[in-house]
Amino acid sequence: MKQIVIISGKGGTGKTVITGAFAALARDKVMADCDVDAADLHLILDPEIKESHIFKSGVTAFMHRELCEGCGVCKTVCRFDAVKKDFTIDPVSCEGCGFCSFACPQNAIEMKTNISGELFISDTRFGPLVHAKLCIAEENSGKLVSLVRQKAKEIAEEKNCKWVILDGSPGTGCPVIASITGVDCAVIVIEPTLSGLHDAKRVLDVTEHFKVPVKIIINKYDLNFDMTEKIENWFKDKNITILGKIIFDKEVVKSIVEGKTIIEYSNNQVAETLRTIWRLLEQELKVAD
Amino acid sequence: MEWVESNYGESEKLIISVASGKGGTGKTTIAVNLALSLSDVQLLDCDVEEPNCHIFIKPVFESSHTVFIPVPAVNQNKCDGCGRCEEVCLYNAIAVVNKKVIIFPELCHGCGSCTYFCPHKAIEEEKKEIGVIEIGKNGETQFVQGKLNAGMMMSPPVIRAVKKHINKKKTVIIDAPPGTSCPVITAIKDTDFVILVTEPTPFGLNDLVLAAEVVRKMRLPFGVIINRSDLGNKKTDEYCARENISVLMKIPFSKKIAGIYSRGDLIIKALPEYRKEFLELFKKIEQVKINRG
Amino acid sequence: MKVAITSSGPTLQSNVDPRFGRCPYYIIYETEDGSFKAVENKSSLAAGGAGIQAGQNISDMKVEAVVTGNVGPNAFRVLSAASIKIYSGATGSVKDAIDKFKNGEYKETAGPDVESHFGMGRK
Repeated sequence: MKQIVIISGKGGTGKTVITGAFAALARDKVMADCDVDAADLHLILDPEIKESHIFKSGVTAFMHRELCEGCGVCKTVCRFDAVKKDFTIDPVSCEGCGFCSFACPQNAIEMKTNISGELFISDTRFGPLVHAKLCIAEENSGKLVSLVRQKAKEIAEEKNCKWVILDGSPGTGCPVIASITGVDCAVIVIEPTLSGLHDAKRVLDVTEHFKVPVKIIINKYDLNFDMTEKIENWFKDKNITILGKIIFDKEVVKSIVEGKTIIEYSNNQVAETLRTIWRLLEQELKVAD
Repeated sequence: MEWVESNYGESEKLIISVASGKGGTGKTTIAVNLALSLSDVQLLDCDVEEPNCHIFIKPVFESSHTVFIPVPAVNQNKCDGCGRCEEVCLYNAIAVVNKKVIIFPELCHGCGSCTYFCPHKAIEEEKKEIGVIEIGKNGETQFVQGKLNAGMMMSPPVIRAVKKHINKKKTVIIDAPPGTSCPVITAIKDTDFVILVTEPTPFGLNDLVLAAEVVRKMRLPFGVIINRSDLGNKKTDEYCARENISVLMKIPFSKKIAGIYSRGDLIIKALPEYRKEFLELFKKIEQVKINRG
Repeated sequence: MKVAITSSGPTLQSNVDPRFGRCPYYIIYETEDGSFKAVENKSSLAAGGAGIQAGQNISDMKVEAVVTGNVGPNAFRVLSAASIKIYSGATGSVKDAIDKFKNGEYKETAGPDVESHFGMGRK
């Protein structure tokens, strides 16, 4: 069983569209959306939710007004500017450290457990999908991502799947780290822009730190041929495989609007390139069809 | 150690933050081109995991500061292993076993609780490096960017450090991180107006709805810019109309603009007619602020 | 002495859970009389530092040895400071693990087996 994650450093490179395509092309797999902050994969996979689990993580301070004497100790000790003028707590700013609660002479502040998000296990036309939604303003520590991955792996083992395909988080922080640890391959999607290359390099730092093998896809490559060449050379120098280059095509947007993967929507060049990329990935990871 | 005071809401000029639920919608493009269309302006790059404004604004950097967060260090001579520090640490950053205190700095949020509650004053705060602030300018435009060190987990302290440099005498544009979690909140907090940049696709709309929820919860005035406005469907327009959300600007997709962006160039330089559009955008935002009182 | 075995369930027939910090249960086995009790692992819910909190809890219970699949660097630090012996690489049922432990088939672990963030879908 092989686990692959599709990441990009930067948002908007086409990560989710490519993950959707892989979902359509791979056999015997479980999909998981690790982008819990702004989950999008479900918009193409049309999941039917079978199970949902509330995810609790951390605590938030709550002021019981009737006990408050207005001494202001809470305001003095809070380093996150979460105590408002009327001594109520701003839940958006509160980081759940509990300092105010421990310090309050009247014991007027209670630390309440947060419902941080919800995890879903769903069926789709391509197989099981594990996805989650982080509540707004919650800290994305990566823990919900870890739970998504854990469930995905459990299902894959149960059903004897060949693949776990993960739609990764953008950025380079905790959620990304939780998306990539222990995978067999991280596929980095890059657009041929200066920002794109800059951010891909930063995410490469993270994959190298966690010793995760990487391969590259250059998306919308015809928007800047010079930049594409520059990117190809840079990765070739590092001996990193470029799985393929995909052209820009407005049809892709249409497929998203229709809620379909590009593989289902069209037989255009984009779909063809993705088929070739998938076959190459299967070969490289030695997964028999 | 100084902590951020949120009194910059009293500045005479506008502080505008540019955010988006989804990444890759054009947040940085808008922030940079808006900033450079205005005079007397300061641009802050708060997307500290992947700061990109510098690619477009090409500033001359003049100074840099390391960003530290305080982490506790135990003076073993004063410590008697009572375990009070472990009790008050809700992040599990402290363990006390066999009367020995073990600290895990990567889990520490720097709240100061352990230092305060130690009955023997055995804990002191040491500085741990987590990122860097770089300050520069391009012509008259002031620029500050924050960068989170690779492998570091928490953005908000670096974002707060960037915002400490807000120049109240200038119009301030903040490029926020994408998403709807902690780092974004920290970046847009106490700003006068939030521009939410989106694209008219199901992905864009899905994430716009989440971002709007956040901004509403924070009671910040906001408006929407629809980028690549001709690639997608009408649902985003319909949503904004239904929710009474002002659509401030629409930018149609153009391979030319995509090319300009990919080279790290400015739209307002390559297509000067856009400068007027960004000035119009700014006037609209000023008007909203005036109307609100 | 008390030995803690990380477990996926509350009985001796349950399988050993490979993760020290986030396993659902610990089976605390008393070698003197062969009695045992199942303790729910509260730290499995921790946002961060699950291994640390687990190490703390195990130490507070006066456990002297831990039998598990893997121990990460944070948990390792706590358990070592508490002078708790760690035996990793255990698989199979909890009962099997206890028998193997009693027969001296497990070797003490010298260092953490895995990097932090293990147990997040690794093979």
